[in-house]
Amino acid sequence: MTIALDQQTHSEHPSIDPSKPCRKIGIPKEIATNECRVAATPDTAKILQKYGFEVWVESGAGDAANFSDQAFEEAGCHIVSDPQTLWAESDLILKVRPPAWHSGVNKHETELLRENGTLISFIWAAQNAELVQQLASRKATVLAMDAVPRISRAQKLDALSSMANIAGYRAVIEAAEHFGRFFTGQITAAGKVPPAKVLIIGAGVAGLAAIGTARGLGAIVRAFDTRPVVKEQVQSMGAEFLELQFEEDGSGEGGYAKTMSPEFIKAEMELFADQAKDVDIIITTALIPGKKAPTLITREMVESMKDGSVIVDMAAEQGGNCEVTKPNEIYKYHGVTIIGLTDLPSRMASQSSQLYGKNLCHLLDDMGRNENYRVDLADEVIRGALVVHQGEVMPPPPRPAAPPAPKPATVSSQVETPQVSRKTPQWIWAILIGAVVVGIGAIAPPSFLSHFTVFVLACFIGWQVIWNVKPALHTPLMSVTNAISGIIIIGGMLQISGALTSATTILGAIAILVGTINIVGGFLVTQRMLKMFQR
Amino acid sequence: MTDSISNVAYIAASALFIMSLGGLSNQETAKKGNIYGIAGMIVAFIATIIRSDVTGYGILATAILPGAIVGAILAARVAMTEMPELVAMLHSFVGLAAVLVGIANYLSPQSLTGAEATIHEVEIFVGVFIGAVTFTGSIIAFGKLRGLISSKPLTLPARHLLNIGMLIACVWLGQQFLGEGILSGLQALVIMSAIAGVLGLHLVLGIGGADMPVVISMLNSYSGWAAAAAGFMLSNDLLIITGALVGSSGAILSYIMCKAMNRSFISVILGGFGTGGSSATEAIAGEAKSISVDETIEALENANSVIIVPGYGMAVAQAQHPISEITKRLRDRGVNVRFGIHPVAGRLPGHMNVLLAEANVPYDIVLEMEEINDDFPQTDVVLVIGANDTVNPSAMEPGSAIAGMPVLEVWKAKQVIVLKRSMASGYAGVENPLFYKENTRMLFGDAKKNADAVLSQLGVLELAK
Repeated sequence: MTIALDQQTHSEHPSIDPSKPCRKIGIPKEIATNECRVAATPDTAKILQKYGFEVWVESGAGDAANFSDQAFEEAGCHIVSDPQTLWAESDLILKVRPPAWHSGVNKHETELLRENGTLISFIWAAQNAELVQQLASRKATVLAMDAVPRISRAQKLDALSSMANIAGYRAVIEAAEHFGRFFTGQITAAGKVPPAKVLIIGAGVAGLAAIGTARGLGAIVRAFDTRPVVKEQVQSMGAEFLELQFEEDGSGEGGYAKTMSPEFIKAEMELFADQAKDVDIIITTALIPGKKAPTLITREMVESMKDGSVIVDMAAEQGGNCEVTKPNEIYKYHGVTIIGLTDLPSRMASQSSQLYGKNLCHLLDDMGRNENYRVDLADEVIRGALVVHQGEVMPPPPRPAAPPAPKPATVSSQVETPQVSRKTPQWIWAILIGAVVVGIGAIAPPSFLSHFTVFVLACFIGWQVIWNVKPALHTPLMSVTNAISGIIIIGGMLQISGALTSATTILGAIAILVGTINIVGGFLVTQRMLKMFQR
Repeated sequence: MTDSISNVAYIAASALFIMSLGGLSNQETAKKGNIYGIAGMIVAFIATIIRSDVTGYGILATAILPGAIVGAILAARVAMTEMPELVAMLHSFVGLAAVLVGIANYLSPQSLTGAEATIHEVEIFVGVFIGAVTFTGSIIAFGKLRGLISSKPLTLPARHLLNIGMLIACVWLGQQFLGEGILSGLQALVIMSAIAGVLGLHLVLGIGGADMPVVISMLNSYSGWAAAAAGFMLSNDLLIITGALVGSSGAILSYIMCKAMNRSFISVILGGFGTGGSSATEAIAGEAKSISVDETIEALENANSVIIVPGYGMAVAQAQHPISEITKRLRDRGVNVRFGIHPVAGRLPGHMNVLLAEANVPYDIVLEMEEINDDFPQTDVVLVIGANDTVNPSAMEPGSAIAGMPVLEVWKAKQVIVLKRSMASGYAGVENPLFYKENTRMLFGDAKKNADAVLSQLGVLELAK
């Protein structure tokens, strides 16, 4: 709760404590083919420097993402031409892709990493067990950006989400490139153009981004997801949420979907088969953690689609949601363009580098910046991302608990119970009041009764009149009633006619004095207030 | 003869008072309502002067003139943010007057016998009791609102027993009072007044700051009943009618306020509320994200619809004027700006409306909770200014200290910007998950300074265009 405050005070004092060593952050050039991203941009490098770090950038690291060495230099970074020096000199290495064989220096990148060094990048530890062992043997500390727990606190450093967002956008753009028509419907002098129909399967971050982009281009967008909780999100993006007449919740741990029952899958496949005949573009984003991506679009469905249709399979890397997807390839099958690209974020390298770089900044901010830098094992986020700690391989922590199921039934029953118990006293009150009235009638003299009648009737009038008063006028109402209750001065006036020095007269006079303050003050202040109310 | 005229005039005055309260039901007729009230008071005053049993004109004038002057000065000087204090103070005057009238009436010679005499004495006793409770209770309420007394509820051990004990003592003194002669009767009356005073003091001390709207309307109600009791003892129907009107008005207001906080009336007046459930508050995951003034301006400029939700913090910071000016500028740009007012926002029923009216916000864009709650999902930006418990989503969850209290569902809007001094929780002492929501940004600092900053830049950007 105090974190936000801390940030404020930090930013007011960006000065670096000279007594603390200034850690070097190294940004190597990505070596994977077709990888255009870079782990820092001139913009994020400035932030890292503000946090007290020194930033070293390999020459040409940002070229593919349109960030020149000069731009990095202007941002205060130190440009290093030799990758070996960069890796060896840096305390922390920030990367995008997991370390791999570096053909330029004929060494594996893990060997370039200095002993006891720290590496922050995507690791995919489950698929790359060997790599993790290699890193451990270097006594390294490794934080995997793909393992950041998906809890609300960690959203600002959730690189998977920021990459998925870009991928979802790019998927629609790629589809548009291979789709021979407008997305938006138009009526032109040359004839009517129907709008494109887009089906998006899986409404995670990527799916929602794709919905937004396709909607923005003017297409009719439908979306499907096994988790009913996302219905509202889908609709808020302007898409139609397709539903099965089937009761099963697919919400799994950590915000992901889980595998569904065979009956559900059958109903789901029927829906897709129906939709395939109707829609022009299908974008699939369905992933289940730790498993091969489910096959949702069969060969027959693809064949049933109209010629010129496009399928973008965003799960191509994990085996694909479409039966005929070829990873990293765009090809035509039966007149339908199948896009199996796996480097969608890299195709928008400037944007994705910027967002990824920001995610890294937030992570380093959480780790205490340069001044208080430490790997805090008690921090759920850091512990989740930590793959290797000082040469020791860390087992993955338990996944965050499943989202709480909505419990409308229990809530309403809890609310209702007290109301029921409150009802009983009401008729008891009625009887009680009746008894009191009868009692008064039995013993009171007639003079009192006539006053009592007036009193009860006045209460009822007040009751009737006040309910009509608007809440906006409650304050003026109070000051008016307050002024009116100053009528008590009449009680004082009736008692001041005796001797000047008698106690009655003096007390009455004081009552008149304070009552008058009340009347005059109350009415005047009400007048002042009411004058202000204007349309 | 003049007495009959006087009685007829009383009927007219009663009618005028009823019309006065009726007139306040909406803004168009409200001013007329106040005039009716003044007219009723003048009629009642003159009708009383002409009565044959009222002759002390000299002393009347010496008492009324200073009173009127003091009242006028108070009314002219008070700032609209200090309205709750003024109202509380004026309530204490009514209470004091009721006590004085009661005692004076007891001291003046009476010619009643038998049951009538007993009833008369009971009336005096009850009137003085209510008056004394109102008097001290209002003074404490005034102190709390002024900040002279801590607004935290005072929770003495066995405070309920203490209250009941004092009540029993008063009843016992009442029994003594009825049977005895003048001297010891007067003693009983005075001792009872003192005990009732302590009771009023203790009752209000035990009520937390957030419950102040209930307390004020409750004291308003008491002051009415005190006047009605005085009417009974003086056999004056005008006092009875007026007192009953005021009493029921205050009672309804208290009821409305309690309903707005989902509390039972009894538990509020018995006090010490809002101290229980706070231990059950869970730590909230996530972190609050702050926002700068520039980003706030950007958000406002890009919005099509904005809802402003003010709370007591706006009153404290006196931010209503810059807020009003921001509203005006945004409306000139075609932004749909509205205000959402929670029934218990502020320390007085309708407090926010008065402040916004003072700052020239047109009243037809100031909406109540029920009117605006459905519109949040279609709203681009919600500005929450110094409100906390009234926008707390944990009210939707059972188990929270404020569970079931209707709240403004601001978190359904696309973006929420909260102007707040710090992360402190509200009067109910409940953590507010709103601050940690994904679409919430915190603009820390004094609400007025921030509002002024937004306003000045909003102007600059406008000129640049």
